[in-house]
Amino acid sequence: MHNSDLLRHMLHQMYRIRFFEQRLKDFYDYQGYFEQSQPSTEAQNTDDLLTCTMYDFSSEGMIGGAVHLYIGEEAVATGVCAALRDDDYVTSTHRGHGHAIAKGMDLRLMLAELMGRADGCCRGCGGSMHIFDITHGLLGGNGIVGAGMPLALGPAFAAKYRGTDGVSVAFFGEGASNQGTFHESLNLAALWKLPVLFVCENNLYAASTPACIALPTPDIAPRAQGYGIPGVIVDGQDVVAVYEAAAKAVARARAGDGPTLIEAKTYRFEGHCGVSSGHQNPEECEEWRRRDPLALHEARLLAEEHMTQPEIDALRASVLAEVEEAVEFAQASPWPSPEILAEI
Amino acid sequence: MRELYYSHAIREALEEEMERDECVILLGEDLAEYGGAFKITADIVGRFGPERVRNTPISEAGFVGVAVGAALTGLRPVVEIMFMDFITLAMDQLINHAAKFRYMYNGKVKVPLVVRTPAGAGRAYGPTHSQSLERHFVATPGLVVLAPATAEDAKGMLKAAIRCDDPVVFVESKVLYGRRGPVPEGDYVTPIGRARVAREGKDVSILAYSRMVEEALRAADALAKHGISAEVVDLRSLAPLDLGAIAESVSKTGRVVVVEEGNTTGGVAAEILARIIEECFYDLQAPPRRVAAADVPVPASPTLERTVVPDASVIGRAAAALVLGD
Repeated sequence: MHNSDLLRHMLHQMYRIRFFEQRLKDFYDYQGYFEQSQPSTEAQNTDDLLTCTMYDFSSEGMIGGAVHLYIGEEAVATGVCAALRDDDYVTSTHRGHGHAIAKGMDLRLMLAELMGRADGCCRGCGGSMHIFDITHGLLGGNGIVGAGMPLALGPAFAAKYRGTDGVSVAFFGEGASNQGTFHESLNLAALWKLPVLFVCENNLYAASTPACIALPTPDIAPRAQGYGIPGVIVDGQDVVAVYEAAAKAVARARAGDGPTLIEAKTYRFEGHCGVSSGHQNPEECEEWRRRDPLALHEARLLAEEHMTQPEIDALRASVLAEVEEAVEFAQASPWPSPEILAEI
Repeated sequence: MRELYYSHAIREALEEEMERDECVILLGEDLAEYGGAFKITADIVGRFGPERVRNTPISEAGFVGVAVGAALTGLRPVVEIMFMDFITLAMDQLINHAAKFRYMYNGKVKVPLVVRTPAGAGRAYGPTHSQSLERHFVATPGLVVLAPATAEDAKGMLKAAIRCDDPVVFVESKVLYGRRGPVPEGDYVTPIGRARVAREGKDVSILAYSRMVEEALRAADALAKHGISAEVVDLRSLAPLDLGAIAESVSKTGRVVVVEEGNTTGGVAAEILARIIEECFYDLQAPPRRVAAADVPVPASPTLERTVVPDASVIGRAAAALVLGD
């Protein structure tokens, strides 16, 4: 049994991710462009799809580019990062907001970055796919699928070289497990016994492509056997299950016994990119929504009397307030001045 | 003439070539039911079936390799790379293999492969989804590099690319996908290696390709209001380059601005300028200029992105300075 502080902390982090991501929907105005379920056969439809003029989102407070929401997968980032120290490292993905928040990212700096403002964590140079916060060990979101895995080996290599007990985590999706970098990284990490956690968020879709037509087998974890390292499957909707698997892998890594591959079975409640009304498979999505990681954890905390309903309500309210503060901060932040490009 | 979107012109070329030649197959991420990230291949799977319109896993090095090998043995694969930035993952297959085979194997093989990919900024996607990387392919012998600026050329040049026996990197523009233009009905092929004069002029030549042609034409409009007659040459084919058309325009105007959306250093414009200096030096009445993106990654923030990537005002100022003196 875990202590109440840890369990409450994880609920708090999941609220921060969920409410932040929900609020982004109010600011993202590329809907219809990227995620249209209907192919563009007629001009009117095509106008919606393809004629977004340049910079049509630069009005006050809007978010452009590509935004990939983490809603539905909160338990994975939260459970893994709860097992880490602040000085451990994480490499993230294009769907990286949840990893950033769970690793300690300030919501204000992150939202300002999404809005392309001067106070953003990268002063507007990175955007949604490149959220970065080295003070909390976040080595960046990543616009290239599969690229974060080898990068995560670097800090693990450095920790081993320096003789510290630091670990690093590579988050990636099941789609990325088809890249060569996945296999190269597992081989290198196993060969050199690097203190790494490979955390596969198997959410069943790579953009629109279902895992069943992109992977010859449904599970990623057994691939670990080929490299002689542990491969475990966890329920990615259960934050405690994720935490326990991560804590075990972290202990193994800190002890010098090498990497672990963790496959979290999870689901993306929203479309691939942006705010879409249509999901690739509404029935399947409904099925998964019944196992919403936030609801599952709330129910556990109430049943085991770690929290009361009024305490939960108060926690939700405090996170909603934190998100609104981030909105005000980001909207008040100026646009970055071009001079910063010469300063960097 | 009927008007089509640039994106639909590409789709029409794919459909007509697939109809014409059953060796033409499509490979790429989210290509089939979803129609690709930019919906270029929407509906094609319904007509030609999943054997010819193949969704791939996310493994660019792998499926580009499949396409190179299939091309080597007689198919005519058309691969879509979702964003040009991701083509870096397939560089080995393209540069070390596809580009080499015909020469290395002494002309005994051909590699009729097309890699289509959208390049460029303008959508605030940030540094890893906004690049214009054609310079790397232009600098690799053995590859053809095409970059249409209009819907008409998008169709005609893609058909030429598919019928070409050498590997082609076909650079599309994510911003131009939403532009409409006249497109002839039926089958036509735009020859590889020919530039096009998009606007005639006598005072200064502006050489551009892909989305920058649109900006160059806007600049030419603005220059005309100031009494400056700018000629805009749409290069269209970056490798091979139409040196004849370039020399003709430069010798006529005596002044030249070369425009590209990629970074300044080591770019396509740099190469073209070098050629102009070698071939047309004594025709020049003013130092040749290039206008390209600043030498930084393309930032996400719209205000920064706008600063980094060239537009009509920068092009127009550069051209005016050549004509009027600084």
